[in-house]
Amino acid sequence: MSTVVLLGITGLGLGALYFLVASGLSLIFGLMDVLNFAHGALLSIGAYATWWAASHSFGFPLALLFGTAVGTLAAVALELGLVRPLYRRPREQVLATVGVGLAVPALLSAIWGADARTFPVPSALAGTFTLLGASVPVDRLVLVGAALVVLLALRLFLGRTRHGLVVRAGVEDRAMVTALGIDVRKAFTLVFAIGGAAAALAGGLAGLYFGSVDPTQGGSLLIFGFVVVVMGGLGSVSGAAVACVVVGLVQQFANYYSTAGLGDLSVVVMLAALLLVRPSGLTGRLA
Amino acid sequence: MTSPVLSVRGLKVVTGGRHILHGVDLDVAPAGVTALLGRNGAGKTTTVRGILGLVPRTGSVRYGGDETVTMTTHQIVRRGIGYVPEDRGVFAALTVAENLRLAERDPDPAYGLVHELFPELRQRARQAAGTLSGGQQQMVAIGRVLLNRGNRLIIADEPTKGLAPRVVTEVAVALERAAQAVPVLLVEQNLALVRRLADHCVVLADGRTAHAGPAAELLADAGKSRTLLGVGRRVDAPAPASGGES
Amino acid sequence: MNIPALLRRWWPLPALAVLVLLPYSALPLPGLLDGPIGSPGSLQLLALCLVFGALATGYDLLLGRTGLLSFGHALYFAAGTYATGLLLTRAGLGFWPAAGLGLLAGVALSALLGAVSLRVSGIGFAMVTLAFAQAGSILVQRDPGGVTGGEEGLAATGLPASLVGIAHTADLYWIALAYLVVTLAAVQWAVRSPIGRVWEGIRENERRVEVLGLRPYGFKLVAFVLAGTLAALGGVVYLLLTGGATPQTTTSDFTLSLLVMVVLGGSGTRWGPLVGGVLYTWAQHRLASLAGSGTIAGLPSVLRVPLSQPLFLLGVLFVIIVYALPGGVAGLPARLRARAVSRGAQA
Repeated sequence: MSTVVLLGITGLGLGALYFLVASGLSLIFGLMDVLNFAHGALLSIGAYATWWAASHSFGFPLALLFGTAVGTLAAVALELGLVRPLYRRPREQVLATVGVGLAVPALLSAIWGADARTFPVPSALAGTFTLLGASVPVDRLVLVGAALVVLLALRLFLGRTRHGLVVRAGVEDRAMVTALGIDVRKAFTLVFAIGGAAAALAGGLAGLYFGSVDPTQGGSLLIFGFVVVVMGGLGSVSGAAVACVVVGLVQQFANYYSTAGLGDLSVVVMLAALLLVRPSGLTGRLA
Repeated sequence: MTSPVLSVRGLKVVTGGRHILHGVDLDVAPAGVTALLGRNGAGKTTTVRGILGLVPRTGSVRYGGDETVTMTTHQIVRRGIGYVPEDRGVFAALTVAENLRLAERDPDPAYGLVHELFPELRQRARQAAGTLSGGQQQMVAIGRVLLNRGNRLIIADEPTKGLAPRVVTEVAVALERAAQAVPVLLVEQNLALVRRLADHCVVLADGRTAHAGPAAELLADAGKSRTLLGVGRRVDAPAPASGGES
Repeated sequence: MNIPALLRRWWPLPALAVLVLLPYSALPLPGLLDGPIGSPGSLQLLALCLVFGALATGYDLLLGRTGLLSFGHALYFAAGTYATGLLLTRAGLGFWPAAGLGLLAGVALSALLGAVSLRVSGIGFAMVTLAFAQAGSILVQRDPGGVTGGEEGLAATGLPASLVGIAHTADLYWIALAYLVVTLAAVQWAVRSPIGRVWEGIRENERRVEVLGLRPYGFKLVAFVLAGTLAALGGVVYLLLTGGATPQTTTSDFTLSLLVMVVLGGSGTRWGPLVGGVLYTWAQHRLASLAGSGTIAGLPSVLRVPLSQPLFLLGVLFVIIVYALPGGVAGLPARLRARAVSRGAQA
């Protein structure tokens, strides 16, 4: 029983990371038709910025805030500098993000080395607590809590604000939004900022979860982010939330109860099976 | 005609390597309804989309003293254009109230007028627009335009297409009301409606302007309206729903 | 027919003859290559350039010819390398049966996974192919049962003695050249066939192909399997060339580098992907050796740090190409000509 609890909470923690990556990917794709291959780079930027701040005695909450801010700025710069000039050329937009996705991890490993750097986990989060007989690491709760806060904030933003309304309408029909006299490009920058913030937060929390940061973390989390986005339906935040829980749990349990690595495979098999049954994903549309 | 509110000269649209418009000229009168007519595929919808910058275009479109052919869609629309698109363009996942709220540009939107003309929209405010009937969706699309008192031109692309006769009447009343205050460019296949509403008309054929003049004159001339608008259409009865157009 | 016209049509033949004769050349190309052309080190690099040029050409069958954005092409290359390597090393098969079965594995895998992935289109397809390739990459790196060698890679044993060692580098070079010729011929033949015309239609507008009463799915699957087969064949050649398999060739970064090659050279053109593949591979090796050299070490850290990472430079270069040179290198002559014409018109 205690193993099941531990695996369940660890799976949810992993799912929380996937959600933070996938929610931004999903919004950016839904609104702009851009598959952001630089999203892993944004995560890594957040991870290294958080790690740097935490190693310079910022204190973990402040370090996380710093990392998220740096990632947000990087995302806005990416949208304004590289994605926007290629407006109306979606394939080139994807290619430009591919270039950034290659260059940024290389730059990070040039500066801080290709090997993993130990993340200074604060003592308050390093311990465990007992739940139903299982001793569960505290950091798992931090991850799940952060994902829930982001989910709630996104739902409030999308449901209650005018900018959120523009984003939801733009996911459906971008041209019609402009035909109502709304400059939809402002919403593009906004979703990049939101996606970048969530990805950078995921980067900082990944440092906590794995106990280290390395340049390739972003890339591997990005791939599972893609899986979650496809399963949840492109452009759907709620779909991503459901899919990340499923993916995180399946991965953890399968990795534990069979050989390591089979969990990762079973996630992909699950994706294939889902696409065979329902080509449009769990909820929304698929381009 | 006194100086037109919108003046199009030599409008050309090329999409996917194909010429859709070869050079459209049209003026929208400063008051009343100007009808844009033509057979299916003549380029009516493309003309409207070209005026609004929704498709890449060349030529000249003068509106409110500005050349708009170099502007983006939202810049053009913000100069005071209300647009009812061909496919209604309501956001299916948004509620009726959200659809209307998204369209607000004035500080004091005219909800009174919208709810007076379409009381159903008030009752269904919290319903997702995708679950409405076609007629109700058209009311949302027209309501979005009527909200903004600052409009100086309304462009409606086949607002009665595929609607039940009762709803056609409601839409016609709304357009009539709107036209009292703001000039309207109306794309329409239903000639009974054109007869009732339009003062002027412009006829397109094969992506070019084929005729322009008073609407009554064209509709009175059976031979001319038959060659320009299509064969054997009865002009008194509400026209049946027509098929799609490029 | 006069000589220039003949040359314009048949120049690939003398070019091929030159490539065939390169191992006999002792010409030094300082700056471009470390030793003379015919030296084993240079031939090895040239052979790699040819293999990746061919691989990019095969990948462009999807990207440039059919308009399919696959992010999982590494999987079929790796399938050829690893299946052949495993059959040689663990099952003790001879080289030819192992290579044949390895190729067959690539065909079967691309047919199976292509059939599933092509159920979705556009970006969904890109993500699903990426996910499948990632599964393959994980499988190789986790090393189930200790067969793939995990992160160390697999050193192939049992390769034919006539194809191993420095003395036989020229033979390996010719094999790489043969693979390139086979790929170019296959792609050219397929693109000109009736199926190729349907691919072109799918790339331009899939809906229009459907209107003609054709099901795009089957045609796309043919393109996917053909590209996968060519990649698996390339994997076998790569195994010979490097004497083993490395997990790097299974990663999504490897597919992304193929994408970079194709875009660099010019997608959808006959020679563009080849040029891009050769340039990329050469640049990567030169930059890597440059990074280890004393010239870089002496630079201030602002320059030294980014210059020590070939992938950083290639990523930046790629972004620049996407912006400044949309047609890739292959589109360059036409752009220059257009510029000369417009300048002439102004004068």
